[in-house]
Amino acid sequence: MTDDLIRRGLSRRGLLQTTAGLIGGSMLPAMPAFAEDKPAIGTYPAGVSGSTAFIGISVPRTGTYAVQGEDELKGYQLAIEHINEGHDLIKKISPKTSKGVLGKELKFGVADSAAKPNEAVQAQQRFISENKAIMITGGTSSAVAVALNKLAQREHVLFVCGISGSNDTTGKDCVRYGFRQNFYGQTAAAAIGPVLVKQFGKNKKAAYLTPDYTYGHTVTKSMQDHLATAGWTTTTDQVAPLGAPDYSSYLLNVANSGADVLINVNWGHDAVLSTQQAKQFGILDKMKLVVPYQVPFIARETNGLMQGVFAATDYWWTLEDKFPLAKMFNETFEKKYGYKPEWGAENAYISFAHWARMCEEAGSFYPPDVIKTYEKGETLPSFVGDVHYRAEDHQCVRPVVIVRGKMEKEMKGKDDYWEVIEIVPGEGLMQPPGAFGCHLGDYS
Amino acid sequence: MISWPNFVSQLFNGLALGALLALISSGLTIIYGTLGVLNLAHGAMFMIGGYAGFVAFQYTDSFILAVLAGSLFVMLLGVVMERTIIRHFYHRPHEDQLLVTFGLGICFVEIIRLIFSSQSQLVPPPAMLQGITNLGFMFYPTYRLAVVGIVAIALGALFIVLYRTRLGMIVRAGIEDSVMVDSLGINVYRVFMVVFGIGAMAAGFAGIVNAPVVSLTPGIGDDILVQTFVVVVIGGVGSFPGAILGGLIAGEIISVTSMFNPGYAYVMLFAAMALVLVVRPHGLLGVQGRE
Repeated sequence: MTDDLIRRGLSRRGLLQTTAGLIGGSMLPAMPAFAEDKPAIGTYPAGVSGSTAFIGISVPRTGTYAVQGEDELKGYQLAIEHINEGHDLIKKISPKTSKGVLGKELKFGVADSAAKPNEAVQAQQRFISENKAIMITGGTSSAVAVALNKLAQREHVLFVCGISGSNDTTGKDCVRYGFRQNFYGQTAAAAIGPVLVKQFGKNKKAAYLTPDYTYGHTVTKSMQDHLATAGWTTTTDQVAPLGAPDYSSYLLNVANSGADVLINVNWGHDAVLSTQQAKQFGILDKMKLVVPYQVPFIARETNGLMQGVFAATDYWWTLEDKFPLAKMFNETFEKKYGYKPEWGAENAYISFAHWARMCEEAGSFYPPDVIKTYEKGETLPSFVGDVHYRAEDHQCVRPVVIVRGKMEKEMKGKDDYWEVIEIVPGEGLMQPPGAFGCHLGDYS
Repeated sequence: MISWPNFVSQLFNGLALGALLALISSGLTIIYGTLGVLNLAHGAMFMIGGYAGFVAFQYTDSFILAVLAGSLFVMLLGVVMERTIIRHFYHRPHEDQLLVTFGLGICFVEIIRLIFSSQSQLVPPPAMLQGITNLGFMFYPTYRLAVVGIVAIALGALFIVLYRTRLGMIVRAGIEDSVMVDSLGINVYRVFMVVFGIGAMAAGFAGIVNAPVVSLTPGIGDDILVQTFVVVVIGGVGSFPGAILGGLIAGEIISVTSMFNPGYAYVMLFAAMALVLVVRPHGLLGVQGRE
């Protein structure tokens, strides 16, 4: 190591200073100057000076993403409950957790973002200034996630992202204070692309339905790029606003585009409505449907239209057959809320559990220390196997689950909508660090 | 490239959307024209019509009963709303009316969300209207074609009530001069109650008829409310024929613009509204000088 440092140009004097610093650092816990080592930053230490630590949660409870937002909220609430009581499931993810995080009970506030960035930012700003939130979360819309990324960096408060599918969230809009657990456009396309080519063949014509914001544009672009390598072309890309009340005009353009495959990038209720209307216009009778980034809820709400449809997702409850932690999670969740947890709940729970572990391992809520602990890239347990966070862009490297909608005769129960056909490891799916223009900001 | 089948199918789409907007707007404009109340809860009543019909469908499995239940429930709701709340606001400033109806709309949405959650609910069209119809030159969803006919019948019925009955005569006279009608010994307030009920019913009927086209969510009335107000302004505030004309124009503008660039559909709609306001400030068929 010494040779390596000297090769990089470190002088003898510098080396001596570094060594002295390391020795001094090891003695710090016993020294009164400790507090000065962690100067006040963001809501630290004010937010954790008492017996509690506050988390600001903003999820869409109204609007087109309301169903997913409610599921996500339940995941957060269960995670906080488990952390506060030191539940066995949390201990398996964060072994040092006893009760609370670093002995402090977690409190939280919830605000309805309605999937609108300005509402989410206002709510979180309030949680930060009035409640001294030590961590904030939100998403379900990538526009919200990107806005909260910027807020987190500006306020120096950690942002543990909720669902966000845009490449930009840990791409060009990445920040030092933001972390994302779930998969995104690039990884979705890289995982489902080969499956589609294998299933439908090369040189196909695809029509896209794209929601008009960062999530939609980046997912569509990633899908087009990946499928172009197999000769797939785009006949039309119909871009609709988030929460469009009616998709018929867009679908008429799709119906007349001569495409073989309809790739519906919409999400939440937008995906449900556009798919139902695609059926009304006879599009699903002449084109194959693909939903590259989807929430399992869509199967229930579209009432059979997902049968045989390929999709990429973060989580599906039958993964419990393969992953014991998923089984534990499903059981506790269903006992409390009466239904199988969906992707939002899984993402919420595991994101909080990872954050709790990072704080425990850092031994402090001091944000730069917690961030650096994430950036070690340590292997962490999750409900879909071992994962780690990539230091360069703070994206969790985790598998993408490819599912196919079960036909009615294949379903073994009312919640048995999807067959997991592949769990694609995360490593090979991600773009090189910095390929999407990520420049993490400062620690302080 | 725009093919002519695509163009014609978009025109059909515009007709279906326009017919629906015309029906909802006619309820709104009748209420405003007669009572002078701008009912911002009208979108919520459209939504409730859908949900009331959905519940009836769950129990009866009959689309016709669902339409009846959705319409009558919202009519009843309108009457109760008028008797208990709205009538206290007839002589209050417009801002008060807007705020109270807006607040009611929010309450209705949250109550529905509490009962049904945010998950979307679907009412299937009647079996004979399911599927696609081959019109020779294009394929089009059968139910959407039927919607145009159903709405046309509903508008015709509304026309008969307004223009061929004594009640309609009083309502139209009330639109022109409610003080004069009152002085003729007609209980204007009882008429107002009926008018509010009829206006609400138009929204409720549209809500359940539209349910098979656009699945139900608690927020479904929000977008339609904005479009409905644009329709009323284009057609002329308080004008029943204006609501029909405005609805059809709005439907075609949204649909045809969507063929070229869907993102500009609402831009063109509002541009058309601005143009109408510049050329004819009282709307295409509105009465000049009316407050």
